[in-house]
Amino acid sequence: MQIRTVSLMLVCVSLLCAGSYAHADEASKLKGLEIATERKSRDMGWGDSSAEATMILRNASGQEASRELRMQSFEMLEDGDKALTIFDSPKDVAGTAFLSFSHAREPDEQWIYLPAIKRVKRIATKNKSGPFVGSEFAFEDMTSFEVEKYDYDLIREDTFDGEAVWVIEQTPKDDFSGYSKTLVWVDKSEYRARQIEYFDRKGAPLKILVLEDFRLYKDKYWRPHSSEMINLQTGKSTRLITNKLEFDTGVKESDFDKSKLRRAR
Amino acid sequence: MLQHRPLLVLAGWTFFALLLGIGMSMLTFRGDYRVYFEDDNPQLLAFQNVQEVFSKSENVSFLVVPDSGNVFNADTFSLLIALTEGAWQTPMSSRAESLVNFQHTYAFDDDLIVEDLIEPSRMSQTDIERVKQVAMSLPEINNRLVASQGDAAVVEVTVNLPEGDHTLAVAEIAAYARELKAEMEAAHPGHTIYLSGVVMMNHAFAEEAQKDASTLVPLMFAIIAIAIVLMTRSAVASLATMIVVALSVVITMGAAGYAGLFLSTATVNVPTLVTTLAVADCMHLVVSIRQGMKQGMSLDEAIQFSLNINTKPVLITSITTAVGFLTLNFSEVPILADLGNLTALGVMLACALSLTLVPAFFRLCKVNLAGQTEQGNDFFAKLGQWVIVHYKMILPVSVLVLLISAYFVNKNELNDIVVKYFDQSSELRQAVDAQERLIGGMTNIDFVIDTQSVSGINSPDVLQDLEAFTHWLRTQPEVIHVFSMADTYKRLNKNMNNDDDSFYILPQTQEEAAQFLLLYEMSLTYGLDINNQIDIDKAATRVVATLQNLGSKEFTEFEQRAKRWFESLDTQATLSAASPPLMFAHIGEVNMRSMVNGALVALVLISAMLVFALKSWRLGVISLLPNLIPAGIGFGIWGVISGEINLALSVVLSMTLGIIVDDTVHFLSKYNVARAQNKSVEACVRYAFSTVGMALFTTTVVLASGFGVLTFSSFALNADMGLLTVIIIVAALIVDLLFLPAFLLWLDKANNQKEKSYAN
Repeated sequence: MQIRTVSLMLVCVSLLCAGSYAHADEASKLKGLEIATERKSRDMGWGDSSAEATMILRNASGQEASRELRMQSFEMLEDGDKALTIFDSPKDVAGTAFLSFSHAREPDEQWIYLPAIKRVKRIATKNKSGPFVGSEFAFEDMTSFEVEKYDYDLIREDTFDGEAVWVIEQTPKDDFSGYSKTLVWVDKSEYRARQIEYFDRKGAPLKILVLEDFRLYKDKYWRPHSSEMINLQTGKSTRLITNKLEFDTGVKESDFDKSKLRRAR
Repeated sequence: MLQHRPLLVLAGWTFFALLLGIGMSMLTFRGDYRVYFEDDNPQLLAFQNVQEVFSKSENVSFLVVPDSGNVFNADTFSLLIALTEGAWQTPMSSRAESLVNFQHTYAFDDDLIVEDLIEPSRMSQTDIERVKQVAMSLPEINNRLVASQGDAAVVEVTVNLPEGDHTLAVAEIAAYARELKAEMEAAHPGHTIYLSGVVMMNHAFAEEAQKDASTLVPLMFAIIAIAIVLMTRSAVASLATMIVVALSVVITMGAAGYAGLFLSTATVNVPTLVTTLAVADCMHLVVSIRQGMKQGMSLDEAIQFSLNINTKPVLITSITTAVGFLTLNFSEVPILADLGNLTALGVMLACALSLTLVPAFFRLCKVNLAGQTEQGNDFFAKLGQWVIVHYKMILPVSVLVLLISAYFVNKNELNDIVVKYFDQSSELRQAVDAQERLIGGMTNIDFVIDTQSVSGINSPDVLQDLEAFTHWLRTQPEVIHVFSMADTYKRLNKNMNNDDDSFYILPQTQEEAAQFLLLYEMSLTYGLDINNQIDIDKAATRVVATLQNLGSKEFTEFEQRAKRWFESLDTQATLSAASPPLMFAHIGEVNMRSMVNGALVALVLISAMLVFALKSWRLGVISLLPNLIPAGIGFGIWGVISGEINLALSVVLSMTLGIIVDDTVHFLSKYNVARAQNKSVEACVRYAFSTVGMALFTTTVVLASGFGVLTFSSFALNADMGLLTVIIIVAALIVDLLFLPAFLLWLDKANNQKEKSYAN
């Protein structure tokens, strides 16, 4: 109910505000791309990071389930980033490790290590729209933001949580994306994505991601410590809470390799 | 005095009707099977819980039937591809599943490949053969997404209906589905597509209600108008009656609108019932006015005469009828209670309107009915004489008829198959029949196995129980398909072991099961997750069994059998069951029980009223017989011609009780009047026959034709209710004209003799 009210309000707000940028023109597309490029460039040079996080899944009846995971990320300057996720709970999947290479122009690559059979399995590239461990996050929501992945259009200027924002429409270039488009609320002060709304293949609002509790690292890089993905259609939601985040942990690019997955701890 | 201001009466009622009539604009049709259930119905709650824990399962199902009798060909495949693509665009859809996007898994190069079963780019004969081989070998597909004979395929769309009233959403989805079906049939000649599923069923409920409103109501008005003209042979009388009817209906339905009620398959018949009962009231008044004028009274005298002798019986029968309808509140089905309350209101309005408006209208028009001939009274006088002569024969015959009826009453069986409420002319029913022919049935039941512990389902013991339960279900004769995670676990284990068939068994350890599932889950594409089969904690799993379209009794018996078998497993996990068909199966039984109570209450109340009205304990008790016997005969005849009792028939008992009392009241009160004058039993019977015989016959014809209109409904709940009511009303007339006088003759003659012997 609340979710529906929120989404209804969002629709109304977007209809009301649509006036100023009613039609996508070259200028608004260019401005959209400009903002996306600046957003990416402000987030370059962070190197590597390591996080401990809790993922809380919640279904329509309010029942909750949680998963503990650790995430290591390695920045690739010329391409998409590399990420390694290790599950600590539930117990029967503890030690399962998930490696992904995000690419700017080619499809992402992903592998998974299953400790029960001590083997690494590749996950087909087109299956990136599926749910990440049963959560409301899809694979493609978890990979790094790369400018080349989308077409952009600045829809309007707005305020979000009292701050001035741009609302940018992103249309995925990849046919295998689960989305027809996404709307991203980017704040003008720091170029941070504050909220993202995802639209399904028939163009209906599907999910909304709210990013909160931003903290500054290395005096330059903002990271949300809490993000919640709410499914507007099913009433399910997933909250990702970062309990601990460190930078410059000393990992090397060579640690992000499928041959090393089975030793990932 | 109002009686001298007829125009004021007319204007007053018209103003009142206009005022309340505005409420009619608030009435809407509701297309939602949930109108049959209270919000706290336990089966509804169970089903809602399943939908919240897992994904929703409300669906639209496209059944694609190629004329060739074989779906495994390039043309049908391209239809299925286009249809699946189109199905994703269904408003409010969250999932579309078919042979095309079935997430086929296999091992390749030591990797797990998860992909659509049919790829548009691979449509060679070899590819088609491969698809066929996979489809027929996998229990997840065979007889779910494709018929086991390969002669039909299914595209299943799951939708998320909004909270509250579904009507608009359902109409939008149904319109889209029909458009898509038409488009596909046009693009691929040689294919027929049938639409079914919960959404289409919901929509059919609204459509049936609308159909009844647009066809039955005008038909009923036509029939009633003809009946009135034929029987009164007076334009003024007909007009007066029609005004009473119109105002009763407008005020009742307006009040319904103000009360926030809505039109459903049940309440849409309120105008028909109110009209019928209003006409019966008017008939009594008109017939007496004419009698009076024929005896030489002036119009005013005749009106006064008619009011004198009719006010009480009309009031009493209106109250008893209202009480009968009010006991529908005992029903577990909210819309049947609505039907009862609205009709009760309408009946009382019709009573007030006929007692005030008919006299007013006659005064206003200064009509003279004296010249008109009245036929039939001779016939009833002769009939009375015949009964007096033959009563010793009538009684044993009546007892025999009653015994035979009682025997056949037992042939009736509770049987609610919701999809069979719709007759063959409805789109849904045709789809259901096609589905039954090709796949075997569509009654689904969701079993939930709950371990109450995180990752509980992955434990080898629980998996074994799940597999055993799945297997047990498959061995049951009424089961045509079982959709179970057990098959997925086995398939994954085989895939992870290089597609070695000997590994088509459950994973051996909890870790294997959990991690295979995790890998599989991560490999699925958009919208095709397994949250519809397993909950977020992996603590519970849903097993969907599809059954033949069983009656409610067999269906609830199956549910119990399944639960008993699961309990015998000696497992920590619990089993629960839920689904819309199960809801209907249960409500049929519960409703029957509560309606029997309702009928008993109605019987007690109505009999008490008769004791009061007839001012005689004895006649009150005697009236029980002619009030009950018609229902016995009616249900006996029903046992012969159908034998299937559904939701609506369970309410007929208390509903008809109030109506048939009308005959008894009129007959007994006239008989009583004559007895008070110390006439002989024979004379009393003769008197009753000649004064009310015609009136009883007339009202019975009107009532029977009014309820008879319902039998034209293509919605079985309405048609069956109409037919059984007609049978009972006609039986009531026969009982009141044959059995009741014969019984009185026998009883009172015996008493007379006793009195005489005492006197001696």
